[in-house]
Amino acid sequence: MQLELLVQQFQKKDASAFEKLHSMYADNICGVINTIVKNDGIAQEICQDVFIKIWNNAENYNSSKGRFFTWILNIARNAAIDEIRSRSYKNDKKNLSADYFVSILENKEETNSSIDTTGLKKMVKNLKEKCVQIIELLYFRGYTQKDAAEELDIPIGTVKTRNRSCISQLRENMERI
Amino acid sequence: MDVQEYIASGILELYVAGILSDKENLEIANYAKEYPEIQKEIEAIEASILELSKKASPGLNYSFSSIMGKINKEVNVIALNERRSPVMMYVGWAASILLAVGLFWMYQQNQELKLDLEVVEQQNTTLEQQIADTDSSLEKTKELLNTIRDQNISVIPLGGQEISPSSFAKAYWNKENQKVFIDAKGLPEPPDGFVYQVWSLKLSPLTPTSMGLLEDFSSDENKVFALNNPNESEAFGITLEPAGGSETPTLEQLYTLGVVSAS
Repeated sequence: MQLELLVQQFQKKDASAFEKLHSMYADNICGVINTIVKNDGIAQEICQDVFIKIWNNAENYNSSKGRFFTWILNIARNAAIDEIRSRSYKNDKKNLSADYFVSILENKEETNSSIDTTGLKKMVKNLKEKCVQIIELLYFRGYTQKDAAEELDIPIGTVKTRNRSCISQLRENMERI
Repeated sequence: MDVQEYIASGILELYVAGILSDKENLEIANYAKEYPEIQKEIEAIEASILELSKKASPGLNYSFSSIMGKINKEVNVIALNERRSPVMMYVGWAASILLAVGLFWMYQQNQELKLDLEVVEQQNTTLEQQIADTDSSLEKTKELLNTIRDQNISVIPLGGQEISPSSFAKAYWNKENQKVFIDAKGLPEPPDGFVYQVWSLKLSPLTPTSMGLLEDFSSDENKVFALNNPNESEAFGITLEPAGGSETPTLEQLYTLGVVSAS
C-alpha cells in the first residue's frame, strides 16, 4: 500500500514523506479546523501548528488503532477546540454547539473568503439538518456516541444508524459533483 | 461473518471518526486486512469526509518549507539543550576524575615526604652522634696535647730496629705521676695473634721490666697509649709478642728502642 509505506517513512522522520502527506491532507485538515474556528486566518495558523505537532508526535501513531487520517483529524480538532476555548474566543463565542459548520456558508457569502462555497453547498445540498449536526459532532468535534446522543436527544443506538445514512447521502452528493 | 451486515451496521463510519475503543479499532483494522470490501468501504467513507472537509478549507497561505523551518528551529533548540547537558556531564566526570587522580597524587607525595622526613631524621641522629663523637675525640686530643705539653714530660724517641728499620715511636714520660704515653703511630699493624709489648729497660745490667701491652692497636685511631711506669727507666723498647704478652722480651722481635737521655 502506497499510503502505508508513506506513513512508515514519515514515522522514520523522512521529511519528503512528510511533505507528500502534507500535500495530501493539508486542505482537509485546514478545512476541519475552519469548521470549528470559522475564521480563515486563524484556521491557517492552527493548521501549521497541527502539522508541526503531527511531525513531533510521529512515533505515537499506530496503524492498528485507526486510519492515519483519523489520527491527524483527531489532532486537528483538539487543537481547534483548544483554540476556541482559549481566552481570545471566550468573549465573542455565543452558542458553539448550535453553530454548525454550514454556518460558514452564510458568513462567507458576506465576507471575502477563499473557501469553495459552491462546492460545499453541493456537498451538503439536500442534507437534512440532523445529518449536518451528527456529522459535525462525530467528525469535527470528536463527540462519543453517548455525548452525541445526549446532545441530539436521540437514543444511543440511533447515532450509528443515522450517521451511516447521512454519510451515504454525502457519498452520493460527492459522486454527483 | 456477514460482511454486508457488518458494513451496514455503521461501525465503519464511527471507525473513521475515531471515536471507537482501542479494542474495536484493532478488530476493524484486522477485518480490513481480511476483507477487501471492508477496506474499500472504509476508504470510501474516509473519502467523503476528506471531500467535505476540503470544501470547508480556506486554502493554504503558507508553504510546506515554512513548517519544516519551524520544526528545524525547534529541533535546533532541543538539540542545543541536549548537546549542552552531555558536555556538562563529560566536564563533570573529567573534573571528578582529575580530582581523584589529584588526591591520589597528593597522598603519594605525602607518603614520600613522610618517608623522606624519617630518613632525614635518622641522618640527623647519626650526624648528632658524629658531632658528639668528634667533640669527645677533640676533648681527648686536647687532653693529650695538654699532657704532652706538661713541663715535667720527657720525650724519648724510639728508633726502628733491625727487624723493621722504618718503624718509630715516641714515649712521653711524666716521672712525677709515673705515666708514659706511647705514640705508636709509626709502628706497622701487628699480625693476628700478636701484640706489641712495651718494656722499661735498665742498661747495666740489661734488665727489662714489662710496662704493659698496646691492646686494641688497630682500633685505636690516635695510636697513643697510656701506661704506668713506676720504674727508674734508662731506655724503652717495644717488641712484638704473642697475644697476652711475654714474661721476657723476645729480642728478635724488637721493633723500636730509645734511650732516655740523661738530664
